[in-house]
Amino acid sequence: MQLVEHFPVLIVGLSMFTAYTMLLVGFLDRRLPYYIALIMNSFFFILSLFILDYVLTVGPIRYWLGGWRPPWGIEYVVDAMNAYLLIIVISIIILGLIYSRSNVKHEIEERKHVTFYVLVQLMAAGLYGITVTGDLFNMFIWLEIASLTAYALIAVAGGRALRPAYNYVIMGSIGACLYIFGVCWLYAATGTLNMADMRLLLPLLYTDKVVQMGFAMIVVGVMIKAYIFPLHLWQPDCYTWAPSTISSMMASVHVKVMFYILIRLFFSVFTLNFIWQYIRFDILLCWLAAIAILAGSIWAIKQSNLKRMLAYSSISQMGYLLLGLGLSAFSYWGVVGLVAHILNHAVGKGCLFMSAGAFYQKEGLRQIKDCEGLGKRMPFSSAAFTIAAASLIGIPPTAGFASKLFLILASLDAAQYQFVVVLLLSGLLNLIYFWRVIDKIYFVKHEEATKREVERRGDGLPFSMLGPMLFLASLCIVLGFVWLSDLSTPLMNQILANLGVGGSL
Amino acid sequence: MIEWITLHIVEKYNFWIAMIIVIIGLTAVVVKENLLKKLIGLSIFQTAFFLWVVSLGDVGRGDILRTWGLRTGAHPILWKEAAEKGYIYMNPLPHVLMLTGIVVSAATTAVALAIVIRIYQKYGTIEEGELIEKELQFEREGVN
Repeated sequence: MQLVEHFPVLIVGLSMFTAYTMLLVGFLDRRLPYYIALIMNSFFFILSLFILDYVLTVGPIRYWLGGWRPPWGIEYVVDAMNAYLLIIVISIIILGLIYSRSNVKHEIEERKHVTFYVLVQLMAAGLYGITVTGDLFNMFIWLEIASLTAYALIAVAGGRALRPAYNYVIMGSIGACLYIFGVCWLYAATGTLNMADMRLLLPLLYTDKVVQMGFAMIVVGVMIKAYIFPLHLWQPDCYTWAPSTISSMMASVHVKVMFYILIRLFFSVFTLNFIWQYIRFDILLCWLAAIAILAGSIWAIKQSNLKRMLAYSSISQMGYLLLGLGLSAFSYWGVVGLVAHILNHAVGKGCLFMSAGAFYQKEGLRQIKDCEGLGKRMPFSSAAFTIAAASLIGIPPTAGFASKLFLILASLDAAQYQFVVVLLLSGLLNLIYFWRVIDKIYFVKHEEATKREVERRGDGLPFSMLGPMLFLASLCIVLGFVWLSDLSTPLMNQILANLGVGGSL
Repeated sequence: MIEWITLHIVEKYNFWIAMIIVIIGLTAVVVKENLLKKLIGLSIFQTAFFLWVVSLGDVGRGDILRTWGLRTGAHPILWKEAAEKGYIYMNPLPHVLMLTGIVVSAATTAVALAIVIRIYQKYGTIEEGELIEKELQFEREGVN
């Protein structure tokens, strides 16, 4: 067994261990937990690069915990999809940690800093765990760790964040309960909890009502966690009032990992054959996604609060992912669009929430109407906001353009032309709601703005906040070229092969 | 008719009871205005799920489950032959799963109770209608 094969479990185990060490060290010095988290997560980032390299050159990693063989023991499986998602999650967590350095001082009381970082590290552990596990029940445990810490991290802001946090607890618990209930139905039908084993046993039972019911329950449960359109009600308030760091981490990676459970369920536990032949779920999913995309955008246009607008924009963007999932039954371009959009949205929305947090920290503004003349007062944050917004709208050559192109290709390939119209229309709606802000930032003059311009150069923000923001903004442009060039082809082909989808780029 | 009732209701009474309790819990979550009562509803909802899954471990009466489409499957401790020879035993795995589930549910309740306490400190009430009124008032006054 090679050393790399131990890395997935090392990442998860050390994350948990780090979290509790941070709590102990926090008694000595309040500033230490931040540095420990940063160092350890950077270490995990290096490990995850090795994992990706190994997965692309040798093949999937299968690690048996405690040496117990898979149908009985817990198995950690890392293929190209996991390794790709793991790198995204770890890098966004690191950038979020760097950003939080001066942001938490502004938004959270001093005495809560230690527990804040401990909870962030625990949430990260939960997210890494969901990403690497190959066992349905183990996934539930990590899902609950990630969710429980998320409830607490939203409530940590206090004040108006409390009621949304409570709603999230209730909705999230119902979602997790439905998930585990569905898993138990599948267990009752097959007698196994291991994904690979279940995939082998299920095809004989596809017409079985128990299996179909279990599938439906897991899908609804996970959809609550991933705020797919009709089940999104807890989300806008949470993202509006949570600390900016947490809004950015949750909108960019937390929800992606929740969505990843759906991907695993569709491709690794069930097969696409089941989705489109036995339950005819694919076209329903596409229409649900179309409604989510349009409804989220239209609600975003109505909002007056900046972070709330971004939250509704997230709902619409989750619709893109769902559309990719639905279209993957018809065409492998759907998977390509889905996989590309996971990264593009993580980068873009992370950057947008970070800039919104910067606006709030420096100028104390939460409403869109107060953004007047911000381009003069905070040039770098405004630039980052604009680039990320352009990426989400899908203006070439940004990253969002690439994923929208893939999704449009998928719709054309599947001969579902109505979704091309939906995608183009949503681009227009995205343009409308982002233009409301960009127009205020750059084209409306503010009397005090010119005065303050003389007083200070730049944003007046520390580099720990500007750095991650500008890095993500530049990534928005770089990724646009990466997706359209040949660089991403080996990874994408490997993901398509691992997910069992025919075709290659 | 009587056969149908025997087969689907009487012999599977524990599943039916669990499902009825699930619905009671969910109704409490949706209908009740008081945040604590909602939480009690959530606890009932979760516990009833556990009850359902624990009933699943009863493979001694494997035939009943099989007629309903449930299979006992490859459980780790005992062989399938044991059931065929008529030994009465429980599949331990659902119990173990739900043991973990109980821990999770306790953690959820603890977090939710902590949040309810903070809400009471901030708003002075835990009735949902009054909370929304207060929030609208904050919105008008521009308080965060």
